[in-house]
Amino acid sequence: MSKDSLFSKKNMKLLSDPLDDNNPITVQVLGICSALAITVQLKPAVVMALSVLVVLSVANVVVSLMRHMIPSRIRIIVFLVVIAALVILVDQVLKAFVYDVSKELSVFVGLIITNCIICGRLEAFAMANPPGKAFLDGLGNSFGYGIILIVVAFFRELLGSGTLYGYPVLEKLGLYDLGYENNGMMILPPMALVTVGVLIWWQRSRNEKLIENK
Amino acid sequence: MQELANIFIKSIFIDNMVFAYFLGMCSYLAISKTVKTSVGMGAAVIFVLGITIPFNYLLENYVLKEGALVWISNEFINVDLSFLSFIMFIAVIASIVQLVEMVIEKFSPALYSSLGIFLPLIAVNCAILGGSLFMQERDYSSITEATVFGLGSGVGWFLAIVGIAAIREKIRYSNVPPALRGLGITYIITGLMGIAFMSFMGIKL
Repeated sequence: MSKDSLFSKKNMKLLSDPLDDNNPITVQVLGICSALAITVQLKPAVVMALSVLVVLSVANVVVSLMRHMIPSRIRIIVFLVVIAALVILVDQVLKAFVYDVSKELSVFVGLIITNCIICGRLEAFAMANPPGKAFLDGLGNSFGYGIILIVVAFFRELLGSGTLYGYPVLEKLGLYDLGYENNGMMILPPMALVTVGVLIWWQRSRNEKLIENK
Repeated sequence: MQELANIFIKSIFIDNMVFAYFLGMCSYLAISKTVKTSVGMGAAVIFVLGITIPFNYLLENYVLKEGALVWISNEFINVDLSFLSFIMFIAVIASIVQLVEMVIEKFSPALYSSLGIFLPLIAVNCAILGGSLFMQERDYSSITEATVFGLGSGVGWFLAIVGIAAIREKIRYSNVPPALRGLGITYIITGLMGIAFMSFMGIKL
């Protein structure tokens, strides 16, 4: 594959499709577990999105390079080994540089291994495409995943604790003096589901071809 | 005994895998269209959690933890292999699932035809790996406790998926706004079920 074709229109579509039309969370229904659990605040959500970005794009390239060597019967185990090795690296880096966030993410860093986005993309894309395309697909899907994470975390942190990235926005605006109270419900797990549900509702009423038939 | 009962109840209701930690959501959403298949999937999850957690408990306590290798020789007292736990746990899970599948296929074709298709899916279900990682984090004191925790988490997951499947079967006859149909409404219902389950949170065990 020549260099310029890497940025051709078709390849750019690989990057942009997962952001909306083929979003991993709201359309492909992949990788939901971690998306919901760590969106109480923006900071862990951003860290998680970056970790998934690294793991997914590297795993996509690695599997794509090995795609002719992997016997299809044991491919799942091969995927898991590749992903687990990458996740261990990410976990060690997080522990070394942002220890408090890594404590907050607790088991969810490990759960990137079983994050179905990664297995799903490896199975559906990397096994059948050359490394360059696989890399773009990895980037695109992790951006799509990251966007949802960040939007959900934005609303939950703003409405639930009145801060953004730890900065007390509402307090600075003086809303509390007017009698405003934080909605403690937003911090609790069930509201993450409702937030994503509403997000899907909004996306589908804007983009009607995504509407499911019964 | 009472301690075990507490762990069991706690892992079913208070620390419910689906409603409190969102584990296993992918298969939870994908397979909950009918009650029948969701019962099969739920049973398979109980089964696999009940087997993999004690295995991983032994692995954690006799191989991975700091000083766990002391039973071989005292030289290993400072060896800490816990950074390997992700890869070891997932390897154990994947191989046990594979093994269980073969054993069931050989000895009980009836069970195999009802559980069989779900077993391979389970290797990548985050509830299973999550169970092992929580077991590691919470440091259960004996293998019995860990097993009871595993079974309890499985039962909690089973309850959640059968509940949502029953609701989804009914909701097919209601007039849901088009854009909310399918996935959207399932999320919102799960949220409402989660709020119901939160009423257990005040219970101190």
